[in-house]
Amino acid sequence: MSRIEIDQDRCKGCGLCVHVCPRKIIVLQQDKLNARGFHPAGVTDMSRCIGCAFCATICPDSCIEVWREGGKA
Amino acid sequence: MEEKVFSRTRGLTGKPFHYCPGCTHGIIHRLIAETLSEMDILDVTIGVSPVGCTYNNYEYFACDMVQAAHGRAPAVATGIKRVHPDSMVFTYQGDGDLAAIGTAEIVHAAARGEKICTFFVNNAVYGMTSGQMAPTTLLGQKTTTSPLGRSAAVQGYPINVSEMLATLQGAVYIERVAVNSVRNINRAKQAIRKAFKVQQANLGFAMVEILSTCPTNWGKDPVSALKWIDEAMVKQYPLGVFRGQEIEVGD
Repeated sequence: MSRIEIDQDRCKGCGLCVHVCPRKIIVLQQDKLNARGFHPAGVTDMSRCIGCAFCATICPDSCIEVWREGGKA
Repeated sequence: MEEKVFSRTRGLTGKPFHYCPGCTHGIIHRLIAETLSEMDILDVTIGVSPVGCTYNNYEYFACDMVQAAHGRAPAVATGIKRVHPDSMVFTYQGDGDLAAIGTAEIVHAAARGEKICTFFVNNAVYGMTSGQMAPTTLLGQKTTTSPLGRSAAVQGYPINVSEMLATLQGAVYIERVAVNSVRNINRAKQAIRKAFKVQQANLGFAMVEILSTCPTNWGKDPVSALKWIDEAMVKQYPLGVFRGQEIEVGD
């Protein structure tokens, strides 16, 4: 299964990953605050992740790491 | 079987960036750091930090770094490269640093054909000092020092640095890219790589101008700021190669 990990403490909640995700499965978690005072990004349904790494490519703070089913596309 | 396809680069120290949420300086830092790591030149690279929002990016790059006085990064880089010709030397400069106080340094470094790479981050505003007009501010753009919008009659026209430097013989590779979409980010990385390859081949001065966002001082949310690059900035600053199109760098 493809998946991503978002560093909850580094994330500044800018929402660029939410904007570029082709599956629309990333949201800013309004019910969570990290130590820096931001609502960090989270994934609603990881089973729909395709491991495209668009989110990691646009993340300005290098918060996201990506694993893809079957390796490189 | 899953495979890790995107990891944090060892080209960055891992220290969290101090930039505002959504500021694309962080993307540009990562692209440069990934390129240094992938070309296996981290150990021989010396970067020069500017004055501006990225004044302390020496904390973030995992190569040797020097901090220059405002606008003088190309002069400092010239000295480093001439004393250490086997090193890879780059400057990282914003529009206030490069296009205002440092105009003389960048023009003459390019004219002399110094074998350095310059990464010129253009976000059309002064970020660190809180949003004053920059030489690259667009006509009509409101800033704290052009509150009615920049007017050609009062504040003059924006400077297209890439086009200007491309007229100099010593500048062998000049390209303008943007980091406002995944596609553009991937292109920007190719340009950064080409700049280092040009230096490796000892060809001459290379500069990549990178259109970047400043959500805070543009008064926009981070996603709208990405769109504003397409809607406004690329009309004044078209993307493309202004010099060195014919240079093939290979894999």
